[in-house]
Amino acid sequence: MLKLEEATVRFAGRAALDRVGLEVAEREIVCVLGPSGSGKSTLLRTVAGLQPLDGGRVFLEGRDLEGTPVHRRGVGLMFQDHQLFPQRDVGGNVAFGLRMHGAARGEQEARVAELLDLVGLPGAARRAVASLSGGEQQRVALARALAPGPRLLMLDEPLGQLDRSLRERLVVELRELFGRLGTTVLAVTHDQGEAFALADRVVVMRDGRIAQSGSPLEVWQRPADEFVARFLGFGNVVAATVTGQAADTPWGKLPVPEGSPQGPGTLLVRPAGVRLVDASDGLRCTVAARTFRGTHVAVHLRPEQAPGLEAACPLRTAPEPGDEVGVVFDAAEVVVLGGSSGV
Amino acid sequence: MSEAAETAPGARGSAARLGLMALPVAFFAVFFAYPVAAIVARGLHVDGTWRFGRLAEVLAQPDIRHVLWFTTWQALASTALTLLVALPGAYVFARLDFPGKDVLRAVVTVPFVLPTVVVGTAFLALVGRGGLLDDLWGLRLDTTVWAILLAHVFFNYAVVVRTVGGLWAQLDPRQEEAARMLGASRLAAWRRVTLPALGPAVAAAALMVFLFTFTSFGVVQILGGPTFSTLEVEIYRQTSEIFDLSTAAVLTLLQFAAVGAILVLHAWTVRRRESALRLVDASLTARRPRGAAQRALLGAVLVTVAVLLVLPLAVLVQRSLDAPRFAYYRALTRDDGGTFLVAPIEAIGNSLRYAAVATVIAVLIGSLAAAALARRDAGRLVRAFDALLMLPLGVSAVTVGFGFLITLDRPPLDLRGSWILVPLAQALVGAPFVVRTMLPVLRAVDERLREAAAVLGASPWRVWREVDLPIVRRALLVAAGFAFAVSLGEFGATVFIARPDNPTLPVAVARLLGRPGDLNYGQAMALSTILMVVCAVALLVLERLRTDRTGEF
Repeated sequence: MLKLEEATVRFAGRAALDRVGLEVAEREIVCVLGPSGSGKSTLLRTVAGLQPLDGGRVFLEGRDLEGTPVHRRGVGLMFQDHQLFPQRDVGGNVAFGLRMHGAARGEQEARVAELLDLVGLPGAARRAVASLSGGEQQRVALARALAPGPRLLMLDEPLGQLDRSLRERLVVELRELFGRLGTTVLAVTHDQGEAFALADRVVVMRDGRIAQSGSPLEVWQRPADEFVARFLGFGNVVAATVTGQAADTPWGKLPVPEGSPQGPGTLLVRPAGVRLVDASDGLRCTVAARTFRGTHVAVHLRPEQAPGLEAACPLRTAPEPGDEVGVVFDAAEVVVLGGSSGV
Repeated sequence: MSEAAETAPGARGSAARLGLMALPVAFFAVFFAYPVAAIVARGLHVDGTWRFGRLAEVLAQPDIRHVLWFTTWQALASTALTLLVALPGAYVFARLDFPGKDVLRAVVTVPFVLPTVVVGTAFLALVGRGGLLDDLWGLRLDTTVWAILLAHVFFNYAVVVRTVGGLWAQLDPRQEEAARMLGASRLAAWRRVTLPALGPAVAAAALMVFLFTFTSFGVVQILGGPTFSTLEVEIYRQTSEIFDLSTAAVLTLLQFAAVGAILVLHAWTVRRRESALRLVDASLTARRPRGAAQRALLGAVLVTVAVLLVLPLAVLVQRSLDAPRFAYYRALTRDDGGTFLVAPIEAIGNSLRYAAVATVIAVLIGSLAAAALARRDAGRLVRAFDALLMLPLGVSAVTVGFGFLITLDRPPLDLRGSWILVPLAQALVGAPFVVRTMLPVLRAVDERLREAAAVLGASPWRVWREVDLPIVRRALLVAAGFAFAVSLGEFGATVFIARPDNPTLPVAVARLLGRPGDLNYGQAMALSTILMVVCAVALLVLERLRTDRTGEF
């Protein structure tokens, strides 16, 4: 459906996209995840034709898009802050793309009504854009992008400015909606929760390159390297040397799963794999702080002469700051990462 | 990917920009640069050689030195006085909320769009021979420099209030509050937070006032008498009375250099002003006056406006009615066969027709230029063009007018005796106002709105029609109004090229004033009143349209 080959964009000598190769299949929802400045938005702008390529090619349904101007590409883009036309009402915004494609007035009205129903704003066509809440604007922007029936819908930080509860609800709605419509979607976000909830496939970007690509589960379970692991919020990453089913780390000897890559590397312990035991057993740590995370407590541990550790504990059994505890590691939650380590 | 493709987007951008700039550049080259250059050449290029020695010779003349000195110091004094009088006004308009504020804002802007001739006439009626002060106390100021200075303050009050007050109203008051919370006194907070933020706007306004007063013509021509003469008046005298073209050429060059320097400074301060400031909606920052100090300030500003801005105009109207049964107005309809070949009243029709055509030209040229300048890829060259566009505001209008006469009288451009000369000259002066009004609005159109439209299938032309036009339509009307008012009042160039049987209003007023007798004086007052009403109506219509007060005028 969409294919990028060696796509490169340079800003003042710095590569915002560095020979990026990416494919999106028909009806697939792909989420590009990365910190700000990693080139995600540039990627979308390149596909939309708003940003010319300095190298490489973009194909849509097998056709090279080089030389096709923005308005003839037939892709939809939902902008980060919506960019609704302030001087038009909701209906005027949604109908805009239809008008540009020469749809008859009656057809426009029917389609606008249908789309507003679809995004949960029935009868809002005559409302002024300025009177909409953030969530409503977001829905109108989505309806507007969907209206001309784009072959590919791109979303730039689709839920970025909304509050948390609304975001969590909308992300589910969006996924359902795209599934129902059979839309092919390429979204970018810096919010991992959003990406994992929305996507069939997650692509993690770093400095204009793709760091990892895979299903949400794969990426979550086996981050490709230290960068991805840290970006996903994992703090327990250290240099390690793996021999057989054990690894030498600053935290001592840790068990690793069968079949882990051997030799020097980087090692991730998910907080769930850090189990607290009596102070007399295992690695001796002091509890530095606790953070409530709703379903569990993140306990920040300070071992003697080793990097800090984060453990996930049930609410009831979490120790107090200042307590002395022992730590043992669960091999199932330890991952030996590829790539080099900066630790 | 090929090299050609890498350069394509840049090349496309420049091509679009060149296309937009072609017409304005051609217009200014033919109708501004060429006439000015020609007149300078005629003055300095004698018998096949350039005589730059004239520069030194002219500058050595004591009376010319006197003119230069007077031009400079009166401009400085006018600027200082305007700032002194108008800055409290800027504060009051920015930060205080009071009933009738919108009306008052329109009232203080009226003088700025009034023709200089009307301003001169109004002050003559106030402080001149037989003027109001003369009648009451036997006080006459028209023989002193005060009349000129006060008229300049009258004229430029709105420049300061609009430029400084416009920004002041949008400065986030919480910045000052933050400073107060950190232990600054009210005055210290103002001095450390607000003043630095306002600085560039004050500087820009001061430079604009200096520019307008440095090149002042109509006001000085009417109020200056034989004693006081600015460069511009002297250029006029040298060209039309003494016929000393070489002296006029030298003076034109001098004024050109001075204006160029002022404009470079101005462009620099404007860029500084565009630097990152926290701006908020102006309607949120104004409060009802609290405490004796704020109320006293408001009162003082109201009195200033009443005495300085309203009184002269009121006296003008009163003087025009100072004969039984509208005698002065009725006299305007009679063909007196003297200075005019037609009844003075016909000047109204002429003026309106000329100004309408000039407005069309100015809006066309000005918006094309603004569109080119507003492009985000605008480089250094384009910014230089920006400053160049302002030149007609300051370069001697007299020179332009006279230049028209001597250059556009032979093929390929033989416009001798053509009516289009007058609107062309007026459009030159109007176009910079159009650019300055349109530019901030065009720059404020979010590029991503255009992108959003393009992604939805709008071609570049439709993007402009669907996104830009609805947003700038209002600004376009405002710009047209300004261009209209400015064209209507243009005097320096028009006085040369308006034909005797087709005078414009300002030219007719000046001619009437130049003739003795109560009837002529009264007719001048009556015509000025009519001109004032036309300009004021144009402005009041604008004020209704105008919501954004961040423009520079």
